[in-house]
Amino acid sequence: MKLPMMGVINLIHEADEMEALTANRCLATVPFGGRYRLIDFTLSSMVNSGIPKVAVFAHRKFRSLMDHLGSGSNWDLHRKQSGLFVLPPSMEDQTDFGKGDLYHFYRNRDYFYRSPLDYVVISRSHMVCNVDFVKVLDQHRETGADITVVCKNAPEGMPGLARKAKVNGAGRIVEMQDHFGRLDSNIVSMEMYVLSKDLLLDLVETSLAQGRDHFVRHSILSRLNQLQVNAYLHEGVLGVVNNIAAYYQHSMELLRPEVWKELFFQPGSIYTKVKDEPPTHYRNGADVTNSLVANGCDIEGEVHNSILFRGVKVARGAVVRNSIVMQNGVISENGSLENCILDKEVEIRASQQLKGSIEMPFIALKRKVI
Amino acid sequence: MRKNECIAMLLAGGEGRRLGVLTKDLAKPAVHFGGKYRIIDFTLSNCVHSGIETVGVLTQYQPLELTQHLGIGTPWGLDRREGGMHVLPPYVRQKGGSWYKGTANAIYQNLGFIERYDPEYVLIISGDHIYKMNYDLLLDAHKKNEADATIAVISVPWAEASRFGILSVDEEGRVVEFAEKPKKPTSNLASMGVYMFSWPVLKEALIRDEANRASSNDFGKDIIPTMLAEEARLFSYQFDDYWKDVGTIDSLWEANMDLLEDKPSLKLNDRSWRIFSASPNQPAQYIAPTAKVQGSLINEGCVIEGRVNRSVLFHGARVGEGSIVEDSILMPGAIIGKDAKVIRAIVGEGAIVGEGCEVGSVEAEDIAVVGSGETIRPLAELKEAEPV
Repeated sequence: MKLPMMGVINLIHEADEMEALTANRCLATVPFGGRYRLIDFTLSSMVNSGIPKVAVFAHRKFRSLMDHLGSGSNWDLHRKQSGLFVLPPSMEDQTDFGKGDLYHFYRNRDYFYRSPLDYVVISRSHMVCNVDFVKVLDQHRETGADITVVCKNAPEGMPGLARKAKVNGAGRIVEMQDHFGRLDSNIVSMEMYVLSKDLLLDLVETSLAQGRDHFVRHSILSRLNQLQVNAYLHEGVLGVVNNIAAYYQHSMELLRPEVWKELFFQPGSIYTKVKDEPPTHYRNGADVTNSLVANGCDIEGEVHNSILFRGVKVARGAVVRNSIVMQNGVISENGSLENCILDKEVEIRASQQLKGSIEMPFIALKRKVI
Repeated sequence: MRKNECIAMLLAGGEGRRLGVLTKDLAKPAVHFGGKYRIIDFTLSNCVHSGIETVGVLTQYQPLELTQHLGIGTPWGLDRREGGMHVLPPYVRQKGGSWYKGTANAIYQNLGFIERYDPEYVLIISGDHIYKMNYDLLLDAHKKNEADATIAVISVPWAEASRFGILSVDEEGRVVEFAEKPKKPTSNLASMGVYMFSWPVLKEALIRDEANRASSNDFGKDIIPTMLAEEARLFSYQFDDYWKDVGTIDSLWEANMDLLEDKPSLKLNDRSWRIFSASPNQPAQYIAPTAKVQGSLINEGCVIEGRVNRSVLFHGARVGEGSIVEDSILMPGAIIGKDAKVIRAIVGEGAIVGEGCEVGSVEAEDIAVVGSGETIRPLAELKEAEPV
């Protein structure tokens, strides 16, 4: 069913402390879970919920993003009408890069105007989750809120940088702070905001007219008294993945079957760009336990508690432990890895040993030969 | 290759009777192969890599699953504005219509399709063989020989030669003799069922063959022998790589096992010649702490908790804790419960082997087959279900 809602995946000024992993790509296309990119989770959630039109506001380092999204066909967003819109930063001069997201929304206001859909969801790309926006919109309409923010109750705390919110008994957000604030609350904002298109356009214009250009800070945080901003509590898995510790920890969480069963299948499947890799070949002598392995790998050595992306080679005698090896990585004979994150196409030479710690995994840059 | 210089006609109507329960609801070219593919993916990928961008796919028996897999040709990049892939089922015309009587008749019924593209050459291939071949090289040889037709051939063991169409050739490679399944073969050069024809020659041969009431309208039985008798320029093209007809349970099983060798003769992991297929979109496979996987091919979405040796597992197959899967093929979504044993077997799509059940054995001569969607239940459970 078509949902009367359009999607915005907002990549403008995303909080990014991913070090080497975002040296040449935006946060949205950081590889995750053996075969996905971070943006796949939000994008698939939108598509599975029946959102027919999604705009991705690109900002910096978006070559990998264009490559990944293509025509949107992998998400069934290659439509004659609506579908996927990748909107590159609209700039007249270099200083426009520094301007906030409201400025870019304003410059692309035709995207919003040219659609009969009444609601908008504005999200980021780094929330690893599987959300049903039908339920979010239902609650939004039932409560008559001006804005509904998808949140997660996380009593145990969680890694990653996220805003915290204080919610009153009626479900209204009475206070919200950036991740560095001292607000004492277990409610974490998932940076997904549902509101009517008219309100959004109104907020864009009035905020910009006041010389303020950040959607969350200027349009929402400063108006918590005037607007009814409610929280929608997401029940499923959530990973806030915007720093290395969070990336590593959430990746390792995937090795718990109950986590991936929910994340990859409930309520819908997560889609990604199709690659024509053959099935993975486990050779005689391979010893693999408690690992997620994508297609196209060739494994002769040992792999434990690890995540292998597509096309990884683990040669005879090599050992991979508690590590993440991205696409086309090569671990040569007798090489060993422990607590490492290897970016795409890293080659570990024969008998080379690399070891990081669980708190501080060793990170190898793309195409590095070690 | 110039656009539409050569177009391919892919015969994909095969009933696949010898594959038994595996083709109960689907045509042979749609049978799963190699952990993620279907048999027809190989020929379609060959076409694309050879620069052939117009392919007519002739379907007949049980076409639902096959046509669903083919779609509009997107997985192979054959969803073109011009040319691309076209599914060609038999249909009724004003003067009545009929099923495709034989391979030649199937092409005859689609003369209109070929004429629309007006190619110089037409490649006839079938969707039930596993091989990687550059048809462009076949076309080069065809042109060099100024041939009317070129037949791709492969050397087979002498003992098996009587199962194939056998050719004898002179030192230039020109065909001097052709015998369909001869009792006493005079050569071990077998036809691969891959024919390159010069279009005007083929068109004329098909029209004449159709007019001949005695003909069975088959390439191997009628068209080729007639052309040979009339001294047309028939040449052979020797192919030396991996090729397998997977028309029987045994050969299907063997061809899958061939992929598990240390250096398989059919490389699936060759980046210059990828085999394209429709993606099942499943997460990475999960190998549990209790699992042991050796000498096997495992596809996306599998969950392995038991032992898997020398086997091919398609997407979404599951092997429960304490189970052993050996020398076997698990088709998409096949589920093996706990403490079960699957040895020398093919478990069909979505089939379930219940807890503690045994399928196949080391001693058995035949490969055990569990049909798609079937459930093998443990003995105790069966007894409970029986009325007292």
